[in-house]
Amino acid sequence: MRRELAAVTGAEQVGPYTLLRVAQGGVDAGVPGQFFMLEAPGRVLPRPMSVCLAAAGELAFLIDPIGPGTRALCALERGDRLHVLGPLGNGFRLDVERPLLVGGGIGIAPLPFLSAALGSPPAIVGFRTAGHAEAAALLPQAEVVLEPTYVTALLPDEPHDVLACGPEPMLRALRRLAPAAQLAWEAPMACGYGACYGCAVEVGGELRRLCVEGPVLEGALVQAAA
Amino acid sequence: MRLLNASGCLDALAAPDVARSLDVFVTKTITPLPREGNEPVRIAETDAGMLNAIGLANPGRERFLAETLPRLREVGVPLWVSVGGFAAAEYAETCAALDEERGVEAIELNLSCPNVDEAPESAAEIVAACRAATRLPLWAKLSPSAWDVAAAARAVEAAGADGLSLVNTLRGLALDERTLRPRLARATGGYSGPALKPVALAAVWACRRATGLPIVGMGGVRSGLDALELVAAGASAVALGTVLFADPAAPARVRAELAAEAAARGFGQPLDARDTAHAHEPPLSSEQTTLRRKSLQTAAKATA
Repeated sequence: MRRELAAVTGAEQVGPYTLLRVAQGGVDAGVPGQFFMLEAPGRVLPRPMSVCLAAAGELAFLIDPIGPGTRALCALERGDRLHVLGPLGNGFRLDVERPLLVGGGIGIAPLPFLSAALGSPPAIVGFRTAGHAEAAALLPQAEVVLEPTYVTALLPDEPHDVLACGPEPMLRALRRLAPAAQLAWEAPMACGYGACYGCAVEVGGELRRLCVEGPVLEGALVQAAA
Repeated sequence: MRLLNASGCLDALAAPDVARSLDVFVTKTITPLPREGNEPVRIAETDAGMLNAIGLANPGRERFLAETLPRLREVGVPLWVSVGGFAAAEYAETCAALDEERGVEAIELNLSCPNVDEAPESAAEIVAACRAATRLPLWAKLSPSAWDVAAAARAVEAAGADGLSLVNTLRGLALDERTLRPRLARATGGYSGPALKPVALAAVWACRRATGLPIVGMGGVRSGLDALELVAAGASAVALGTVLFADPAAPARVRAELAAEAAARGFGQPLDARDTAHAHEPPLSSEQTTLRRKSLQTAAKATA
């Protein structure tokens, strides 16, 4: 992991989300599914964000403004600077034969980088509204469903290597249908590098730090909240 | 001047380089039995700090001694082991076990975790039990919640403590802005971060006046100037806590800033600023004023 002061190169609206682009500088983009801790201006703690796109000397993060930290990140403008720390955690394993990407809501965030690494495999993404679904434009070959239809409705019958990120009920449903799926989970984190024990989740009956063991876990069930 | 981490704010095995950038690594608190810790959600940021309710997650004494401690020795930074328990005898047993271990420089007694039920004994009773169990230096980590932290400091000094770690977190509560329900699964948690700095300064200042013990000051340190202020209040070493979560490079930065801030004020080294805050004599409290008036009256009567 490496911490750098990175310059914002752009911030674009994608539906209700913001795609925040920063100069990559000397940091490694990491593997799809890994994340960075982004300094949230005016806040005490940074926020964990998976890499959405990594190309042309830029790292891009897709951010949903749901709280004071993410709102501060979404308000950044070209030329602003912020500390980035990463890459952190374990990403997706890329040696898969028949990849199928599945995302739900802001869980689409790591999939564009993953898609690029895997040669644009098929993808299914689900959203609450048509506005949120504008984010599907970031992901090639994406089939889109809107609530009340769920991504599981489009899962093909033939076996695939499922790589997914999204809300907990979606990941649980996917694991029932594809027990070996690689699933990217989420938990509140203070540090992202194993120091705070804040992101402990129940994995196979034991509390483990998601930032160290995950966020991508293979064939494991996670209980992220009591 | 030594820079430490606050217990529970760094894992030297997950981030050995960060540990090596400190002068001392303080472990997460070890209890006799393994503890998974509290249910998630365990942390919540607030406007001026953060709450944690980790709940002393640790592998337990036996596994710590057999598996963790040997690996910590390999990191190559002096070790302090934070010891916790639910009775004085539990603390003392762990101290006795550590007494025979190589590579442990000191023991910090966590007498003030806000996220678990406390031992029935007082801090002084726990320190006395541990004093009888080990020759290692004992640092008593006290809560800033006590109305008179200086009284607690005097009590642990009398019981045989070698130093004070000031301060632990304060108990706090954060609510979800939408549901107005507690954000932490355990509802309340330990409040740390920038908001804690004035509380830490007050505790260090009061304990420095009350005891002769050396003090590791901690609470809300983000910059070298914050560290220098704790030294001015009476600390002889400083620990970093919440800032490590946001910035694992904080030790080197704080150290450099500390030297510069001390030099800018004419101090040859940071420790030369120690006790600067004590040049200020506060006015007498109303109680002291009453006592002084009475003694003056007595003296006047005697003269008459």
